[in-house]
Amino acid sequence: MTPLLEAAALTRTFGARRAVDGVSLALAAGEALALFGPNGAGKTTLLRLLAGLLKPGAGSAHVAGQPLPSVPARARVGLISHRTMLYDALSARENVRFAARLHALPDAAGATQSALEALRVADRADVPVRALSRGLQQRVAIARAVVHSPDVILADEPYTGLDEQGSAALTALLRERRVAGAALVVVTHHLQEGLAVASHAAIMRQGRFVRQEATDGLDASVYAATYRELVA
Amino acid sequence: MNTAPPGLLAAAWLIARKDLAIEFRTRSAFLSALVLSLLSLVIFYFAWDPTAVAALDVAPGILWVTFTFSGLLGLHRSFGVEAQERAMDALLVAPVPRESIFLGKAFANLVFVLGVQLVALPALALFYNLPFGTVVSSLALVMVLAAIGLVCVGTLFAGITANTRMAELLLPVLALPFFVPIVLPAATATARLLAGRPLAESMAWLRILLAFDLVFLYACTIAFPFTLED
Repeated sequence: MTPLLEAAALTRTFGARRAVDGVSLALAAGEALALFGPNGAGKTTLLRLLAGLLKPGAGSAHVAGQPLPSVPARARVGLISHRTMLYDALSARENVRFAARLHALPDAAGATQSALEALRVADRADVPVRALSRGLQQRVAIARAVVHSPDVILADEPYTGLDEQGSAALTALLRERRVAGAALVVVTHHLQEGLAVASHAAIMRQGRFVRQEATDGLDASVYAATYRELVA
Repeated sequence: MNTAPPGLLAAAWLIARKDLAIEFRTRSAFLSALVLSLLSLVIFYFAWDPTAVAALDVAPGILWVTFTFSGLLGLHRSFGVEAQERAMDALLVAPVPRESIFLGKAFANLVFVLGVQLVALPALALFYNLPFGTVVSSLALVMVLAAIGLVCVGTLFAGITANTRMAELLLPVLALPFFVPIVLPAATATARLLAGRPLAESMAWLRILLAFDLVFLYACTIAFPFTLED
Protein backbone atom coordinates (compact mmCIF):
# COMPACT_ATOMS: atom_id res chain seq x y z
CA MET A 1 0.00 0.00 0.00
CA THR A 2 1.33 3.46 -0.90
CA PRO A 3 1.92 5.51 2.25
CA LEU A 4 -0.10 8.70 2.46
CA LEU A 5 2.96 10.65 3.49
CA GLU A 6 6.43 9.57 2.57
CA ALA A 7 9.77 11.27 2.90
CA ALA A 8 13.06 9.83 1.71
CA ALA A 9 16.38 11.13 3.00
CA LEU A 10 15.12 14.70 3.29
CA THR A 11 17.95 17.11 3.83
CA ARG A 12 17.93 20.85 4.18
CA THR A 13 20.80 23.13 5.06
CA PHE A 14 20.86 26.80 6.02
CA GLY A 15 24.37 28.01 5.35
CA ALA A 16 26.67 25.49 6.97
CA ARG A 17 24.01 24.17 9.36
CA ARG A 18 22.09 21.02 8.50
CA ALA A 19 18.61 21.77 9.83
CA VAL A 20 17.23 18.46 8.54
CA ASP A 21 19.71 15.72 7.88
CA GLY A 22 18.56 12.73 5.86
CA VAL A 23 15.18 12.19 7.52
CA SER A 24 12.98 9.41 6.15
CA LEU A 25 9.48 8.56 7.24
CA ALA A 26 6.36 6.85 5.94
CA LEU A 27 2.87 7.22 7.34
CA ALA A 28 -0.06 5.15 6.14
CA ALA A 29 -3.70 6.17 6.40
CA GLY A 30 -4.74 6.47 10.04
CA GLU A 31 -1.20 6.77 11.37
CA ALA A 32 0.00 9.73 13.37
CA LEU A 33 3.53 10.70 14.25
CA ALA A 34 4.22 12.82 17.32
CA LEU A 35 7.49 14.60 16.81
CA PHE A 36 9.41 15.82 19.83
CA GLY A 37 12.71 17.58 20.20
CA PRO A 38 14.43 20.59 21.70
CA ASN A 39 14.34 24.05 20.11
CA GLY A 40 16.41 24.12 16.94
CA ALA A 41 16.21 20.36 16.42
CA GLY A 42 14.78 20.87 12.92
CA LYS A 43 11.15 19.95 13.60
CA THR A 44 9.60 23.04 12.01
CA THR A 45 11.97 22.85 9.04
CA LEU A 46 10.97 19.21 8.52
CA LEU A 47 7.30 20.16 8.64
CA ARG A 48 7.86 22.97 6.13
CA LEU A 49 9.62 20.50 3.84
CA LEU A 50 6.70 18.08 4.19
CA ALA A 51 4.26 20.89 3.36
CA GLY A 52 6.20 21.83 0.24
CA LEU A 53 7.04 25.26 1.63
CA LEU A 54 10.76 24.59 1.54
CA LYS A 55 12.74 22.95 -1.20
CA PRO A 56 14.92 20.10 0.06
CA GLY A 57 18.63 20.18 -0.68
CA ALA A 58 18.44 16.42 -1.13
CA GLY A 59 15.78 13.76 -0.84
CA SER A 60 12.10 13.94 -1.69
CA ALA A 61 8.64 13.93 -0.17
CA HIS A 62 5.41 12.53 -1.57
CA VAL A 63 1.76 12.78 -0.55
CA ALA A 64 -0.33 9.82 -1.76
CA GLY A 65 2.33 9.15 -4.35
CA GLN A 66 2.31 12.72 -5.67
CA PRO A 67 5.57 14.65 -5.38
CA LEU A 68 5.65 17.78 -3.27
CA PRO A 69 5.08 20.64 -3.96
CA SER A 70 2.82 19.66 -6.88
CA VAL A 71 -0.76 20.94 -6.84
CA PRO A 72 -2.33 17.44 -6.39
CA ALA A 73 -0.05 16.81 -3.40
CA ARG A 74 -0.80 20.18 -1.81
CA ALA A 75 -4.55 19.64 -2.28
CA ARG A 76 -4.33 16.81 0.28
CA VAL A 77 -2.34 18.72 2.91
CA GLY A 78 -3.59 20.78 5.83
CA LEU A 79 -1.01 22.87 7.66
CA ILE A 80 -1.41 24.16 11.21
CA SER A 81 1.30 26.41 12.55
CA HIS A 82 1.93 28.39 15.69
CA ARG A 83 1.49 31.44 13.43
CA THR A 84 -2.20 31.70 12.58
CA MET A 85 -1.81 32.41 8.84
CA LEU A 86 -5.05 34.43 9.07
CA TYR A 87 -6.00 37.87 7.75
CA ASP A 88 -6.88 39.97 10.75
CA ALA A 89 -9.17 42.36 8.86
CA LEU A 90 -11.41 39.49 7.76
CA SER A 91 -13.80 37.62 10.00
CA ALA A 92 -13.21 34.05 11.13
CA ARG A 93 -15.84 32.85 8.67
CA GLU A 94 -14.31 34.79 5.76
CA ASN A 95 -10.86 33.39 6.50
CA VAL A 96 -12.06 29.80 6.62
CA ARG A 97 -14.36 30.22 3.61
CA PHE A 98 -11.47 31.69 1.61
CA ALA A 99 -9.47 28.51 2.30
CA ALA A 100 -12.49 26.36 1.40
CA ARG A 101 -12.84 28.19 -1.91
CA LEU A 102 -9.13 27.82 -2.69
CA HIS A 103 -9.75 24.07 -2.35
CA ALA A 104 -12.77 24.41 -4.66
CA LEU A 105 -15.10 22.74 -2.15
CA PRO A 106 -18.58 22.38 -3.67
CA ASP A 107 -20.25 23.63 -0.47
CA ALA A 108 -17.69 26.09 0.87
CA ALA A 109 -20.17 27.79 3.21
CA GLY A 110 -21.31 24.48 4.73
CA ALA A 111 -17.77 23.16 5.14
CA THR A 112 -16.79 26.45 6.77
CA GLN A 113 -19.63 26.27 9.27
CA SER A 114 -18.82 22.62 10.12
CA ALA A 115 -15.12 23.39 10.67
CA LEU A 116 -15.92 26.38 12.90
CA GLU A 117 -18.39 24.29 14.90
CA ALA A 118 -15.88 21.47 15.33
CA LEU A 119 -13.45 23.95 16.87
CA ARG A 120 -16.25 25.49 18.97
CA VAL A 121 -15.75 28.96 17.54
CA ALA A 122 -18.91 29.22 15.40
CA ASP A 123 -20.50 31.73 17.79
CA ARG A 124 -17.69 34.21 17.04
CA ALA A 125 -17.53 33.42 13.33
CA ASP A 126 -18.47 36.88 12.11
CA VAL A 127 -16.10 38.80 14.34
CA PRO A 128 -12.93 40.16 12.69
CA VAL A 129 -9.99 37.96 13.59
CA ARG A 130 -8.09 40.89 15.12
CA ALA A 131 -10.85 41.20 17.75
CA LEU A 132 -10.46 37.58 18.86
CA SER A 133 -8.18 36.36 21.63
CA ARG A 134 -5.00 34.46 20.67
CA GLY A 135 -6.63 31.18 21.66
CA LEU A 136 -9.71 31.79 19.53
CA GLN A 137 -7.52 32.88 16.62
CA GLN A 138 -5.69 29.56 16.91
CA ARG A 139 -9.00 27.70 16.78
CA VAL A 140 -9.92 29.60 13.61
CA ALA A 141 -6.48 28.80 12.18
CA ILE A 142 -7.06 25.11 12.82
CA ALA A 143 -10.53 25.32 11.23
CA ARG A 144 -8.92 26.95 8.19
CA ALA A 145 -6.35 24.17 7.93
CA VAL A 146 -8.84 21.30 8.12
CA VAL A 147 -11.84 22.77 6.29
CA HIS A 148 -11.10 20.62 3.23
CA SER A 149 -10.75 17.42 5.29
CA PRO A 150 -7.11 16.91 4.29
CA ASP A 151 -5.59 13.44 4.01
CA VAL A 152 -2.40 14.71 5.62
CA ILE A 153 -2.38 17.09 8.56
CA LEU A 154 0.89 18.75 9.50
CA ALA A 155 0.63 20.49 12.85
CA ASP A 156 3.42 22.61 14.28
CA GLU A 157 2.76 23.41 17.94
CA PRO A 158 -0.99 23.34 17.29
CA TYR A 159 -1.86 23.70 20.97
CA THR A 160 -0.25 27.15 21.17
CA GLY A 161 -2.58 29.55 22.98
CA LEU A 162 -5.44 27.06 23.31
CA ASP A 163 -7.33 26.80 26.59
CA GLU A 164 -8.55 23.49 28.01
CA GLN A 165 -11.70 23.48 25.88
CA GLY A 166 -9.76 24.36 22.75
CA SER A 167 -7.13 21.72 23.44
CA ALA A 168 -9.84 19.10 23.96
CA ALA A 169 -11.54 20.13 20.72
CA LEU A 170 -8.25 19.89 18.83
CA THR A 171 -7.38 16.49 20.28
CA ALA A 172 -10.87 15.22 19.40
CA LEU A 173 -10.55 16.59 15.88
CA LEU A 174 -7.11 15.04 15.31
CA ARG A 175 -8.36 11.66 16.58
CA GLU A 176 -11.43 11.93 14.39
CA ARG A 177 -9.29 12.70 11.34
CA ARG A 178 -7.07 9.71 12.13
CA VAL A 179 -10.08 7.41 12.33
CA ALA A 180 -11.26 8.86 9.01
CA GLY A 181 -7.97 7.76 7.47
CA ALA A 182 -5.80 10.84 7.59
CA ALA A 183 -2.09 10.73 8.36
CA LEU A 184 -0.85 13.24 10.91
CA VAL A 185 2.45 14.72 11.95
CA VAL A 186 2.20 16.67 15.19
CA VAL A 187 5.16 18.68 16.41
CA THR A 188 4.90 19.58 20.06
CA HIS A 189 6.92 20.11 23.21
CA HIS A 190 4.18 18.55 25.32
CA LEU A 191 4.70 14.80 25.45
CA GLN A 192 1.25 14.03 26.88
CA GLU A 193 -0.59 15.95 24.16
CA GLY A 194 1.52 14.45 21.42
CA LEU A 195 1.27 10.88 22.63
CA ALA A 196 -2.50 11.25 23.12
CA VAL A 197 -3.09 11.48 19.37
CA ALA A 198 -0.13 9.53 17.96
CA SER A 199 0.41 5.99 16.77
CA HIS A 200 4.14 6.63 16.50
CA ALA A 201 6.56 8.91 18.29
CA ALA A 202 9.93 10.24 17.23
CA ILE A 203 12.54 12.34 18.91
CA MET A 204 14.53 14.70 16.73
CA ARG A 205 17.87 16.19 17.52
CA GLN A 206 20.29 18.12 15.33
CA GLY A 207 18.19 17.43 12.25
CA ARG A 208 17.93 13.68 12.71
CA PHE A 209 15.52 11.19 14.20
CA VAL A 210 17.38 9.78 17.18
CA ARG A 211 14.54 7.54 18.32
CA GLN A 212 11.37 6.24 16.64
CA GLU A 213 8.78 3.84 18.00
CA ALA A 214 5.11 2.91 18.06
CA THR A 215 3.15 4.40 20.94
CA ASP A 216 1.23 1.17 21.71
CA GLY A 217 1.99 0.27 25.30
CA LEU A 218 4.33 3.20 25.66
CA ASP A 219 4.54 4.51 29.21
CA ALA A 220 4.45 8.32 29.10
CA SER A 221 6.60 8.77 32.19
CA VAL A 222 9.25 6.33 30.95
CA TYR A 223 9.18 8.04 27.56
CA ALA A 224 9.57 11.42 29.23
CA ALA A 225 12.68 10.18 31.05
CA THR A 226 14.09 8.79 27.79
CA TYR A 227 13.36 12.08 26.06
CA ARG A 228 15.15 14.09 28.72
CA GLU A 229 18.14 11.76 28.50
CA LEU A 230 18.33 12.00 24.71
CA VAL A 231 18.01 15.75 24.40
CA ALA A 232 20.18 16.64 27.39
CA MET B 1 -11.82 15.42 0.57
CA ASN B 2 -10.53 15.31 -2.97
CA THR B 3 -11.88 17.93 -5.32
CA ALA B 4 -10.43 19.36 -8.49
CA PRO B 5 -8.44 22.46 -7.51
CA PRO B 6 -9.51 25.82 -8.97
CA GLY B 7 -7.98 26.88 -12.24
CA LEU B 8 -5.45 29.66 -12.73
CA LEU B 9 -7.94 32.47 -13.26
CA ALA B 10 -10.53 31.21 -10.76
CA ALA B 11 -7.87 31.11 -8.03
CA ALA B 12 -6.55 34.51 -9.10
CA TRP B 13 -10.04 35.97 -8.80
CA LEU B 14 -10.46 34.50 -5.29
CA ILE B 15 -7.16 36.05 -4.20
CA ALA B 16 -7.99 39.41 -5.79
CA ARG B 17 -11.40 39.47 -4.10
CA LYS B 18 -9.81 38.67 -0.77
CA ASP B 19 -7.22 41.46 -1.17
CA LEU B 20 -9.87 43.97 -2.21
CA ALA B 21 -12.09 42.98 0.73
CA ILE B 22 -9.19 43.58 3.12
CA GLU B 23 -8.40 46.95 1.53
CA PHE B 24 -12.07 47.91 1.55
CA ARG B 25 -12.25 47.15 5.28
CA THR B 26 -9.04 48.88 6.30
CA ARG B 27 -8.70 51.50 3.54
CA SER B 28 -5.22 52.11 4.93
CA ALA B 29 -3.28 51.89 1.67
CA PHE B 30 -5.96 53.65 -0.37
CA LEU B 31 -6.20 56.59 1.98
CA SER B 32 -2.40 56.86 2.26
CA ALA B 33 -2.05 56.82 -1.52
CA LEU B 34 -4.85 59.33 -1.95
CA VAL B 35 -3.41 61.71 0.63
CA LEU B 36 0.03 61.42 -0.99
CA SER B 37 -1.49 62.15 -4.41
CA LEU B 38 -3.45 65.17 -3.27
CA LEU B 39 -0.59 66.50 -1.18
CA SER B 40 1.80 66.18 -4.13
CA LEU B 41 -0.65 68.04 -6.36
CA VAL B 42 -0.98 70.83 -3.82
CA ILE B 43 2.79 71.14 -3.35
CA PHE B 44 3.43 71.16 -7.10
CA TYR B 45 0.67 73.74 -7.50
CA PHE B 46 2.20 76.16 -5.03
CA ALA B 47 5.68 75.62 -6.46
CA TRP B 48 4.43 76.32 -9.98
CA ASP B 49 4.77 79.74 -11.56
CA PRO B 50 1.99 79.96 -14.18
CA THR B 51 3.60 83.02 -15.77
CA ALA B 52 6.80 81.05 -16.52
CA VAL B 53 5.45 77.61 -17.48
CA ALA B 54 2.10 76.79 -19.03
CA ALA B 55 -0.15 74.34 -17.18
CA LEU B 56 -0.23 72.05 -20.18
CA ASP B 57 3.56 71.72 -20.07
CA VAL B 58 3.84 70.89 -16.42
CA ALA B 59 0.68 68.85 -15.75
CA PRO B 60 1.58 65.54 -17.47
CA GLY B 61 4.82 65.27 -15.52
CA ILE B 62 3.12 66.07 -12.23
CA LEU B 63 0.37 63.59 -13.01
CA TRP B 64 2.69 60.66 -13.62
CA VAL B 65 5.13 61.42 -10.82
CA THR B 66 2.14 61.52 -8.46
CA PHE B 67 0.60 58.28 -9.74
CA THR B 68 3.88 56.41 -9.78
CA PHE B 69 4.75 57.13 -6.15
CA SER B 70 1.24 56.81 -4.76
CA GLY B 71 0.87 53.45 -6.53
CA LEU B 72 3.98 52.17 -4.77
CA LEU B 73 2.20 52.50 -1.42
CA GLY B 74 -0.50 50.08 -2.47
CA LEU B 75 1.94 47.68 -4.07
CA HIS B 76 3.94 47.40 -0.87
CA ARG B 77 0.80 46.82 1.16
CA SER B 78 -0.38 43.95 -1.09
CA PHE B 79 2.26 41.57 0.28
CA GLY B 80 2.35 43.16 3.72
CA VAL B 81 -1.00 41.54 4.55
CA GLU B 82 0.47 38.13 3.71
CA ALA B 83 3.53 38.66 5.87
CA GLN B 84 1.77 39.64 9.11
CA GLU B 85 0.83 36.14 10.31
CA ARG B 86 2.61 34.25 7.54
CA ALA B 87 -0.66 33.99 5.64
CA MET B 88 1.49 33.51 2.54
CA ASP B 89 2.31 30.00 3.83
CA ALA B 90 -1.38 29.09 3.70
CA LEU B 91 -1.58 30.41 0.13
CA LEU B 92 1.48 28.42 -0.87
CA VAL B 93 0.12 25.18 0.64
CA ALA B 94 -3.26 25.69 -1.06
CA PRO B 95 -3.69 23.81 -4.35
CA VAL B 96 -3.49 26.86 -6.56
CA PRO B 97 -0.87 27.63 -9.18
CA ARG B 98 1.76 30.08 -7.92
CA GLU B 99 1.02 32.23 -10.98
CA SER B 100 -2.53 32.78 -9.76
CA ILE B 101 -1.17 34.44 -6.61
CA PHE B 102 0.61 36.95 -8.84
CA LEU B 103 -2.37 37.50 -11.12
CA GLY B 104 -4.76 37.90 -8.19
CA LYS B 105 -2.54 40.40 -6.45
CA ALA B 106 -1.83 42.27 -9.69
CA PHE B 107 -5.55 42.57 -10.41
CA ALA B 108 -6.29 43.86 -6.90
CA ASN B 109 -3.42 46.34 -7.28
CA LEU B 110 -4.79 47.45 -10.64
CA VAL B 111 -8.16 48.24 -9.08
CA PHE B 112 -6.31 50.08 -6.30
CA VAL B 113 -4.19 52.20 -8.69
CA LEU B 114 -7.16 52.98 -10.93
CA GLY B 115 -9.18 53.98 -7.86
CA VAL B 116 -6.49 56.44 -6.80
CA GLN B 117 -6.29 57.79 -10.36
CA LEU B 118 -10.05 58.20 -10.48
CA VAL B 119 -9.97 60.58 -7.53
CA ALA B 120 -6.65 62.31 -8.21
CA LEU B 121 -7.27 63.05 -11.89
CA PRO B 122 -10.22 65.43 -11.32
CA ALA B 123 -8.17 67.11 -8.59
CA LEU B 124 -5.39 67.75 -11.10
CA ALA B 125 -7.91 69.14 -13.60
CA LEU B 126 -9.22 71.45 -10.90
CA PHE B 127 -5.82 72.72 -9.76
CA TYR B 128 -4.42 73.33 -13.24
CA ASN B 129 -7.66 74.18 -15.01
CA LEU B 130 -7.05 71.53 -17.65
CA PRO B 131 -9.45 70.73 -20.51
CA PHE B 132 -10.09 67.11 -19.46
CA GLY B 133 -13.70 67.10 -20.63
CA THR B 134 -12.86 66.65 -24.29
CA VAL B 135 -10.13 64.04 -23.86
CA VAL B 136 -11.37 62.08 -20.89
CA SER B 137 -11.96 58.79 -22.75
CA SER B 138 -8.59 58.91 -24.54
CA LEU B 139 -6.88 59.81 -21.27
CA ALA B 140 -8.65 56.94 -19.52
CA LEU B 141 -7.20 54.58 -22.10
CA VAL B 142 -3.67 55.87 -21.39
CA MET B 143 -4.28 55.56 -17.65
CA VAL B 144 -5.48 51.96 -17.86
CA LEU B 145 -2.68 50.85 -20.19
CA ALA B 146 -0.04 52.49 -18.01
CA ALA B 147 -1.58 51.15 -14.81
CA ILE B 148 -1.42 47.56 -16.12
CA GLY B 149 2.31 47.83 -16.78
CA LEU B 150 3.00 49.55 -13.46
CA VAL B 151 1.15 46.98 -11.37
CA CYS B 152 2.73 44.02 -13.19
CA VAL B 153 6.27 45.21 -12.47
CA GLY B 154 5.34 46.59 -9.06
CA THR B 155 3.59 43.41 -7.91
CA LEU B 156 6.55 41.28 -8.93
CA PHE B 157 9.02 43.44 -7.04
CA ALA B 158 6.67 43.78 -4.07
CA GLY B 159 6.69 39.98 -3.89
CA ILE B 160 10.47 39.84 -4.14
CA THR B 161 11.05 42.43 -1.43
CA ALA B 162 8.21 41.37 0.89
CA ASN B 163 10.38 39.21 3.11
CA THR B 164 13.34 41.52 3.24
CA ARG B 165 14.10 43.78 6.17
CA MET B 166 14.09 46.94 4.04
CA ALA B 167 11.11 46.17 1.83
CA GLU B 168 9.82 49.75 1.84
CA LEU B 169 13.18 51.04 0.62
CA LEU B 170 13.97 48.22 -1.77
CA LEU B 171 10.65 48.21 -3.63
CA PRO B 172 11.03 51.70 -5.19
CA VAL B 173 14.75 51.20 -5.79
CA LEU B 174 14.13 48.00 -7.75
CA ALA B 175 10.83 48.89 -9.41
CA LEU B 176 11.36 52.50 -10.50
CA PRO B 177 13.87 51.76 -13.29
CA PHE B 178 11.36 49.28 -14.74
CA PHE B 179 8.60 51.89 -14.51
CA VAL B 180 10.48 54.17 -16.96
CA PRO B 181 9.36 52.41 -20.18
CA ILE B 182 5.77 52.71 -18.95
CA VAL B 183 5.79 56.24 -17.53
CA LEU B 184 7.65 57.76 -20.50
CA PRO B 185 5.10 56.90 -23.21
CA ALA B 186 2.23 57.51 -20.78
CA ALA B 187 3.46 61.02 -19.96
CA THR B 188 4.13 61.81 -23.62
CA ALA B 189 0.72 60.60 -24.74
CA THR B 190 -0.92 62.52 -21.89
CA ALA B 191 0.87 65.74 -22.92
CA ARG B 192 -0.28 65.38 -26.51
CA LEU B 193 -3.86 64.64 -25.56
CA LEU B 194 -4.01 67.58 -23.16
CA ALA B 195 -2.58 69.81 -25.90
CA GLY B 196 -5.64 68.98 -27.96
CA ARG B 197 -3.91 66.72 -30.44
CA PRO B 198 -6.03 63.89 -31.87
CA LEU B 199 -5.72 60.41 -30.38
CA ALA B 200 -4.33 59.10 -33.68
CA GLU B 201 -1.16 61.12 -33.05
CA SER B 202 -0.55 59.26 -29.82
CA MET B 203 -1.26 55.81 -31.19
CA ALA B 204 2.44 54.97 -31.49
CA TRP B 205 2.89 55.65 -27.77
CA LEU B 206 -0.20 53.63 -26.92
CA ARG B 207 1.13 50.72 -28.94
CA ILE B 208 4.40 50.92 -27.04
CA LEU B 209 2.42 50.91 -23.80
CA LEU B 210 0.40 47.91 -24.91
CA ALA B 211 3.55 46.05 -25.97
CA PHE B 212 5.19 46.68 -22.60
CA ASP B 213 1.99 45.62 -20.83
CA LEU B 214 1.96 42.30 -22.64
CA VAL B 215 5.67 41.70 -22.11
CA PHE B 216 5.54 42.62 -18.43
CA LEU B 217 2.34 40.66 -17.81
CA TYR B 218 3.79 37.53 -19.35
CA ALA B 219 7.32 37.89 -17.97
CA CYS B 220 6.21 38.79 -14.44
CA THR B 221 3.64 35.99 -14.28
CA ILE B 222 6.25 33.46 -15.36
CA ALA B 223 8.95 34.89 -13.07
CA PHE B 224 6.80 35.22 -9.94
CA PRO B 225 6.89 31.54 -8.81
CA PHE B 226 10.70 31.69 -8.75
CA THR B 227 10.59 34.61 -6.32
CA LEU B 228 8.77 32.37 -3.84
CA GLU B 229 11.57 29.82 -3.69
CA ASP B 230 13.58 30.15 -0.54
